[in-house]
Amino acid sequence: MLGLNKADLRLFLIVVGMVILAPFILNPFPSSSGLAQFNAGYPDLMQKLVIFGIFAVGYNILFGLTGYLSFGHAAFLGVGSYAGVWTMKLVSMNVIPALIISVIAAGLFSLLIGYVSLRRTGIYFSILTLAFAQMCYSLAYSVLTPITGGETGLTLSLDDPRILGAAQSATGNTPVPNIFGFNMGQSANLVLGNWSFTFNVGYYLSGIVMLVAFYLAVRLFRSPFGLMLRAIKSNQTRMSYTGLNPRPYALAAFVISGMYAGLAGGLMVAMDPLAGAERMLWTASGEIVLMTILGGAGTLIGPILGAGVIAYLESIVSTINDNVLHGWFSGLPGWLDNTLVTIMHPFIGSGWHLTLGLVFMGVVIFLPGGIVQGGKLIAGLFKRKSTDASETTAKPSE
Amino acid sequence: MEAIILQILNGLDKGSAYALIALGLTLIFGTLGVVNFAHGALFMMGAFVAVTMSRVLSLSFETIDDSRRDFLGNPMVIDTPYVEAWFGPEVGGALIDWAVPLAVIAAIPIMALIGVVMERGLIKHFYKRPHADQILVTFGLAIVLQEIIKAFYGANPIPTPAPSSFTGSFDFGQLLGFDPWAIMYPYWRLVYFGFSAVIIAAVFAFLQFTTFGMVVRAGMADRETVGMLGIDIDRRFVIMFAIAAVVAGVAGVMYTPILSPNYHMGMDFLVLSFVVVVVGGMGSLAGAVAAGFLLGILQSFASMSQIIEFLPGINQVIIYLVAVAVLLTRPRGLLGRKGVMED
Repeated sequence: MLGLNKADLRLFLIVVGMVILAPFILNPFPSSSGLAQFNAGYPDLMQKLVIFGIFAVGYNILFGLTGYLSFGHAAFLGVGSYAGVWTMKLVSMNVIPALIISVIAAGLFSLLIGYVSLRRTGIYFSILTLAFAQMCYSLAYSVLTPITGGETGLTLSLDDPRILGAAQSATGNTPVPNIFGFNMGQSANLVLGNWSFTFNVGYYLSGIVMLVAFYLAVRLFRSPFGLMLRAIKSNQTRMSYTGLNPRPYALAAFVISGMYAGLAGGLMVAMDPLAGAERMLWTASGEIVLMTILGGAGTLIGPILGAGVIAYLESIVSTINDNVLHGWFSGLPGWLDNTLVTIMHPFIGSGWHLTLGLVFMGVVIFLPGGIVQGGKLIAGLFKRKSTDASETTAKPSE
Repeated sequence: MEAIILQILNGLDKGSAYALIALGLTLIFGTLGVVNFAHGALFMMGAFVAVTMSRVLSLSFETIDDSRRDFLGNPMVIDTPYVEAWFGPEVGGALIDWAVPLAVIAAIPIMALIGVVMERGLIKHFYKRPHADQILVTFGLAIVLQEIIKAFYGANPIPTPAPSSFTGSFDFGQLLGFDPWAIMYPYWRLVYFGFSAVIIAAVFAFLQFTTFGMVVRAGMADRETVGMLGIDIDRRFVIMFAIAAVVAGVAGVMYTPILSPNYHMGMDFLVLSFVVVVVGGMGSLAGAVAAGFLLGILQSFASMSQIIEFLPGINQVIIYLVAVAVLLTRPRGLLGRKGVMED
């Protein structure tokens, strides 16, 4: 069905189910309980989870398949965001044109950068992409301020020359992004006892876009083109001896993943029409690499898992503060409580980046195959010998 | 003419910093074959050694002087730094004033230790792993190091002044026969340039004229053969890693009076230093130094107001544009050799 084989179809249906039921899955704790802060079922975070999922799925097409480690993908996200906001300023508040323009802009931009960067491989490539991203960041902050809004960021204003639709809403505010009349911020609430579930228009739009993006990625993974990309990773020299020039394939993968990043950027501004240069910073590029690796580079589901875990951890960890910790440890003796809080203090709240860095190192050192590899290892422990043989043969293909 | 000389001089100090960091990067890359994304963090940590040094030296105790009153009428509280109490106000005052140069002495063992711990504790395990993994783990380390510094010292830049005898500017104009005041150059930048020239010369001399350096160079060219000759090349490479860390660290220490250290300065410099290494030619020490100065000077020319008027924003992108041009015309960089780090 859908041109997928059985295993892929099952995986795809699982993802579809997860996206549709996310408001339930992510809200397991009743809102009155102390654990409610671990709930992720609010629109902002759910949108973020799927949007970063798109970004990571796209990044995986480049890094997971071809092995080219780009450190500048945040730049494409930024370009997509700016293009999206400008489309909303100039054309229409409907998000469809904004998304299309974001993808096209990021695609063209990644074609330019990819053409230059892909002249080198390995570390040179990583350094070049990092350099380009930093260049975009500093340009967006300084000279390009008329286009990017500089430090304050680019946002809608009350006198935008919008072709389709008015510059202001009836109440004199800036209009909100919508899709055929449904506002992105619009939500329906379902209250069941102590639980409250939110169904948000923006989330479901992003979710559908992510499913389409994921489906395309699965098809790409299984296509002859995907096989070519794997060939680049395993042995470029051998590939060129068979008469194939690897560069156009690598460039195509780079542009495709750039377009995914642009799509993610466009969706971000569709949810909240504000684009800032800090989205292009090197830490943002590093974060997307981490998401892909944490989930499992080169696997289908890995990037989505990784993006989900990181985005979830980021919003949860950065909201924890000392008082919350004291609340957790209130059952312990006072001195132990204070010691634990002192130890954990640097890792929470604004110290989220420290936790991120440690997770990053831990994953690279101990689990280079990410969550998917970890899951396989655990599954292997239970299945014993029958899987041992297939485990060793399956690994190199990842 | 004056403007040109001034821009060359202005480019020298930034170029020196690039050259020193790029030199260390190339040393690590050429010996261990590892791309160290945490090298900028070492530069930053060096700068914070200077901050710590000046804080330690000005640690003080409070005494209450009853004979004097502050504006509220309470007895005056006087802070006396310990060093002034121990060594007398003159020597103590001089010590505090000279905190940054003194920090260089402290930074050498500290950075060497950090380098050895980094290599033995982490990077050693990544020799056999793909380059991508090396990049990622050092990248993670860079984040961790800079966040630790941020947790201890806060996010704001911490001004750390140069010794007061170097605060003025040197009048180059008069020296070269132009009008006085035409070319003013801060003394400290002159010191920085001289300092980095000495360090660079020392590293080159060490590699060129000592037996140790000879072995290291042989190891860079062909690691296997050197190993087969019964030389423990790994141990020597660890020492080279420590030297590279020290070079980056002292470069950071001496840079503090020019740029107030903040926790993310390492990454800012690292990105540019990588570009410097790529332009100079990966694995070429001379290329790294030459490209460092070249790009530093180019950047300072691009910041001239006449040029910015003509091409706005050029000062932000000139380095990257040069890198692109070099890579498209000479993919190995200016002084890169065939077969060195081609993969």
